[in-house]
Amino acid sequence: MSFAKSLKCRECGRVYPLEPVHVCEFCFGPLEVSYDYDALARTLTRERIERGPPTIWRYADLLPADPDAAVDIGTGMTPLLRAANLGRLLGLRRLYIKNDCLNPTWSFKDRVVAVASSVARQFEFDTLACASTGNLANSVSAHAAKAGMKAIVFIPADLEQGKIIGSAVYGPTLVSVEGSYDEVNRLCSELSDKYPWAFVNINVRPYYAEGSKTLAYEVCEQLGWRAPDHCIVPLASGSLFTKIYKGIKELAWLGLVDWRHTRMTGAQAEGCSPIVEAWERSSFDIRPQKPNTIAKSLAIGNPADGYHALRVLEQTQGHGVAVSDDEVVEGIKLLAETEGVFAETAGGVVVAALRRLAHEGRLDPDDVIVAFITGAGLKTQEAVVNQLPPPLTVRPTMASFEEALEERTGALPASRRG
Amino acid sequence: MAKQRVKFTFPTGLIKEPVIWKLGREFELVTNIRRADVTEDRGWVVLELDGDISEIERGVRWVQEQGVRVDPVPGDIVEG
Repeated sequence: MSFAKSLKCRECGRVYPLEPVHVCEFCFGPLEVSYDYDALARTLTRERIERGPPTIWRYADLLPADPDAAVDIGTGMTPLLRAANLGRLLGLRRLYIKNDCLNPTWSFKDRVVAVASSVARQFEFDTLACASTGNLANSVSAHAAKAGMKAIVFIPADLEQGKIIGSAVYGPTLVSVEGSYDEVNRLCSELSDKYPWAFVNINVRPYYAEGSKTLAYEVCEQLGWRAPDHCIVPLASGSLFTKIYKGIKELAWLGLVDWRHTRMTGAQAEGCSPIVEAWERSSFDIRPQKPNTIAKSLAIGNPADGYHALRVLEQTQGHGVAVSDDEVVEGIKLLAETEGVFAETAGGVVVAALRRLAHEGRLDPDDVIVAFITGAGLKTQEAVVNQLPPPLTVRPTMASFEEALEERTGALPASRRG
Repeated sequence: MAKQRVKFTFPTGLIKEPVIWKLGREFELVTNIRRADVTEDRGWVVLELDGDISEIERGVRWVQEQGVRVDPVPGDIVEG
């Protein structure tokens, strides 16, 4: 069951009933879900969670949706990999990769949309909607299909073909908007006032955002009910970053893990790094930017939760790191070549930030460090396609193969016959 | 009549300009500030604009032309 009890304004503290609203009527501040933590503490145990399904719904007590009415496409319980090879390279003895590429639509967005779509159905919306540059569109389309809801998905007209197909296959109404991302945003904001649709990241945003907490719950459970010492997380709106921290704090409050003063580090691409830029100025004042980076899934110029992300960075003494697009590509290749995980550009940002911090000696080699890889690389192949060697092209003969291999590698391997 | 919630972000050069006052005078709009944070070199204001929809659009366009960034209230909503 859910122990969610109300919505609360993050700015002025006003309390609202659990309804499809996202902004405080008084101060226009964002609303956040509150829970009955006393009742949770009496009910929730590690064993109760472990008896649950192998999906995010094992944490239903800590989510604002009724698990019996959940829209479930099998999201969650993605692998937490001990990254021994990458760790050795970077001098980190206890490095882990949370591989969220392995969700049903290949990104962590399935976590937030699972919660948003479940709540939307409970509120009796018949249409699920979003504005997106890819991952979110894929997930909304898939969840609407599973829920038997209509989907209307707004994308900028210049989106890559792969991302369009990754949504279109589920049968949504796909709207290609001739304009910039900013203009798609504004259009959707206006539409959400006019039409009775559940825009997952507008009018059901407070519920949607809670889905990200499940990343923290899973990591702690997979570490044997232990909080990480250090998390490296990509920053876009800042929502994922703050919710991972909230998830760890909740488990500690409830006595399910020991409080370890987990350090939260946030990573952005230099071409869109308003949160890191403010952090480097030691300021809580975000200066909006015009994004210009290959890490499009992180390209939010005016992050809605930027201030709150900066608070978490400060409270936990984490680091803000911005990396160049070249480093992003190197990060994608490094993760693939050492750990066998093909991440999208946001993952490249995280690995590049991890490498930078390790080289600068800003990470404790004995800390349990978790790098969050939030989306799969097949979605952003354009980022690496020109950086990879073409396949060896040979005729179907031994001689042709050996000639090509020798040319590429400089020598032939030892043969079986000695 | 319509209402629109917007966030204005002012660059340093416009901090001393009475942009919101001018918006209310030059357009048929009622401006109602709900939240703000203004420092000596930067500032944002969250406000509600009340008026005819075409007048709101004209007003917002004018504010943007002055060099002020205008966003919907929840901030940027595109994610991924």
